[in-house]
Amino acid sequence: MHRSITVTVNGQARTAEVEPRMLLVHFLREVLDLRGAHVGCDTTSCGACAVLVDGVPVKSCTMFAVQVDGKSLTTVEGLASNGQKHAIQEGFKEEHGLQCGFCTPAMMLVASALLEENPNPSEREIRWAISGNLCRCTGYQNIVKAVQHAAATLHPQPAGRTE
Amino acid sequence: MAVTETEPSPGWLGKSVKRKEDDRFIAGRGNYIEDVKLPAMLHMAILRSPYAHARINSIDTSAATALPGVVAVVTGELLAQHNLAWMPTLSGDTQAVLATDKVRFQGQEVACVIAEDRYVAHDALELIEVDYEPLPAVVDPFAALAEGAPLIRDDKDGQTDNRIYHWEAGDPEATERAFAEADRVVTVDTHYPRSHPSPLECCGCVADVNPASGRATIYMTSQAPHAIRTVFALVAGLPEQNIQIISPDIGGGFGNKVPVYPGYVVATAASLLIGRPVKWIEDRTGNLISTGFARDFHMKGELALTDDGRMLGLRVTMLSDQGYAYADAQPSKLKAGLFHIVTGSYAMPAAHVITDGAYTNKAPGGVAYRCSFRVTEASFLIERLVQSAAYDLGMDPAELRRKNFIRPDQFPYTSATGFVYDSGDYEAALDLALEKAGYEALRTEQAKLREEGKGKLLGIGIASMTEALGAGPSRDYDILGIKMFDSAELRVHPTGKAILKLGVRHQGQGHETTFAQIVAHELGIPPDDILVHEGDTDNTPYGLGTYASRSTPVAGAAAAMVARKLRDKSKTIAAHLLEVAEEDLEWEIGRFSVKGAPDRSKTIQEIAFAAYTDHPPGMEAGLEGVHYYDPPNLTFPFATYLVVVEVDAETGEWKPRQVVAVDDCGVRINPMIVEGQIMGGLTEGFAMSAMQQITFDEDGNCIGANFMDYLLPTAWETPHFDLYETCTPSPHHPIGCKGVGESATVGSPAAFVNAVVDAVAHLGVRDVDMPVTSGAVWEAIQGVKGGG
Repeated sequence: MHRSITVTVNGQARTAEVEPRMLLVHFLREVLDLRGAHVGCDTTSCGACAVLVDGVPVKSCTMFAVQVDGKSLTTVEGLASNGQKHAIQEGFKEEHGLQCGFCTPAMMLVASALLEENPNPSEREIRWAISGNLCRCTGYQNIVKAVQHAAATLHPQPAGRTE
Repeated sequence: MAVTETEPSPGWLGKSVKRKEDDRFIAGRGNYIEDVKLPAMLHMAILRSPYAHARINSIDTSAATALPGVVAVVTGELLAQHNLAWMPTLSGDTQAVLATDKVRFQGQEVACVIAEDRYVAHDALELIEVDYEPLPAVVDPFAALAEGAPLIRDDKDGQTDNRIYHWEAGDPEATERAFAEADRVVTVDTHYPRSHPSPLECCGCVADVNPASGRATIYMTSQAPHAIRTVFALVAGLPEQNIQIISPDIGGGFGNKVPVYPGYVVATAASLLIGRPVKWIEDRTGNLISTGFARDFHMKGELALTDDGRMLGLRVTMLSDQGYAYADAQPSKLKAGLFHIVTGSYAMPAAHVITDGAYTNKAPGGVAYRCSFRVTEASFLIERLVQSAAYDLGMDPAELRRKNFIRPDQFPYTSATGFVYDSGDYEAALDLALEKAGYEALRTEQAKLREEGKGKLLGIGIASMTEALGAGPSRDYDILGIKMFDSAELRVHPTGKAILKLGVRHQGQGHETTFAQIVAHELGIPPDDILVHEGDTDNTPYGLGTYASRSTPVAGAAAAMVARKLRDKSKTIAAHLLEVAEEDLEWEIGRFSVKGAPDRSKTIQEIAFAAYTDHPPGMEAGLEGVHYYDPPNLTFPFATYLVVVEVDAETGEWKPRQVVAVDDCGVRINPMIVEGQIMGGLTEGFAMSAMQQITFDEDGNCIGANFMDYLLPTAWETPHFDLYETCTPSPHHPIGCKGVGESATVGSPAAFVNAVVDAVAHLGVRDVDMPVTSGAVWEAIQGVKGGG
């Protein structure tokens, strides 16, 4: 008992037959072969599976694939464009915002969504925005710096906002 | 063929080179275990025991086997027919692969379904009928050792109680004398709670046994692929040359991915029996309730002092809750790991350590979670004792430390339990931490807040730790008999580019960059021209793996040594090319030139090309080599961590306001990466002190089997860190490095707990057990009030 769904993923329309119980993260990883979303916990706690659904961060282990029928998704594979890294990707590399890399794709997507909404976030705003995403390696400080680095690249400002 | 001319660039050591591994991770193109897909691959799911202790009367797999899409259901009975129902642990005990007679902890592996699809495999688990007869569970290690406790390991011949080991270190008589002479004795009696490393990626494997060739290729989340290959050869009886272990990118390890777990063994056995690749990806609950836990030591420390604050002796007794199997990942000669480094940074004339291990109905493991073989618990105990002693003596905790530190001129220093500390300057690290934190002003502020009596309190906690890592010298360190050397193989290609292959396996520590920098420093080939390859047993030299902060002290040393071997050969080639004697050449990074005629020189790239095109007559062609490094000693990094917390006396709520870390890990190869390691370690130290704990109810049910109940710090709670350094090179490491990955996890928990206790010490509180929740702080305050 499969259902046909059509989803725009990173700007491309994709149609597939899926079981209604198939999780979105498995749809992305196994049907579309987009492997940047990772499963870390199964309980919507760690955020390693987060992707953007119509621009909003969603934990894809807690959504069925059929729920995104007709919607537009952005995954880590869609961050770079024309061979150019996204500013958030540059930020993570420049500021050593990753170690094992497992949380990184989702962390970058959540951060990019934050920057769309709030081009110059404070440290507290960044920490709050990424608090649904666990990282076991970095201690978050360099992730904060990575997001600030990206903010400065995307929206150069004379001086950073204070808390 | 053209040789790329690259300007030799000195100074690759100590440079924050951006990480070479990052590009694939930020593109979402890492290759983790779940990304491994093979043709005709099957999926495995594990049925786990709901009981902590029960007899298995029967297992009915017929309905599961009949489900369309199910290929096989594996039970312990089936494995027993192939002599695979039990396997050895890293400590030489035994552990069930799949339960046969009894289950001995909640979450124990009982049966596995192999199916065409992962959803079907999980559906089939629901159809397996197991008839359990529940037995009384033993969840407390003291109760486990009491008379009449149910025998947990009745499967083991000669095992008549639940004691695993009794072990002692140090000199009991000398310690007895020290205590007899002491003016006072300070005691800390505490429990270092059971924790779990919880890397964000769970464990998993893809086992691919080719029935025609007999070759087993096993992709596995392993920090120690070579050791695993040997264990597999011994357990499964497969010829070792037919086993290839590949550790792809690993999503964090922290010690959790050192042991062999039943899932790996069943998937391999299933692939062997079925003749198709089998993939097993653990879920988070499985990871938390069945894989290597950490800590869980009940510790009592007694410190003997004179009234003017001189330490005379230390006595430690402890009991380790090991779960149902003794599965510590630690050297075979050290039954309680490095707990006998418990004298810390202090010149302690005498010490005596007694430790026992007990079986309980809990998961086995005892992995060193970001730690060298239990040094974390030892470091915590001594640093808690020192603070308590300072209060009793009416001394400042910083002063008491200063008074008792091993002085720089005492190195190499032999501790009361026999370790030889290589180097240190503990006072320098302490002084820098006090200065950067503004210690005197903090004490003034603390006193003022106490006087105001408005309920807001300030606490300052210090931990001046040193630890032993870089295991280790082969005379003392082995795991299951395999000596703890490590290795590096370096091949310089004709075009002057190189590949460096190592026996270790990183999980985010940045080896692909750091180890390239070591070779760059030794040979002058830029890091970008050096590919670092790890985690493939067919294509890397043998090594014991990455844990216990041993990669840089051991494998990093091997990388430097193999590069030096190639430099020696390069000199002979350069002399041949320049038609001079070798003695007439001098080396600067990246080139040999003729003494007194610096324009007559050959770059390492030119020499590499010549090694394949114009090598001297009689010399072997090529420019490659291998080095197995057996360290002469452990390395002893040290640090002072200073934590400032604000505590609400009414509610017990607390939060860190400032964290100052002064780390000395000897020479830093890549400061950016070192600081990343320190911040990660501090976060785990904060986590253990504040929230991470695996608990059980009286029936042995695991409370904390998912990330909603087992709390990990998010960006919101995690404090900001201020990092500083001093540098005391290791005198015996080829480039002076000491290792750093675990230092902050080892040392900082005591600083956090000391800080909270310090905030309420004036009320009479001397101790709060970890995790230090606001409730625990509130209760400690009420306890003092009630008692006073």
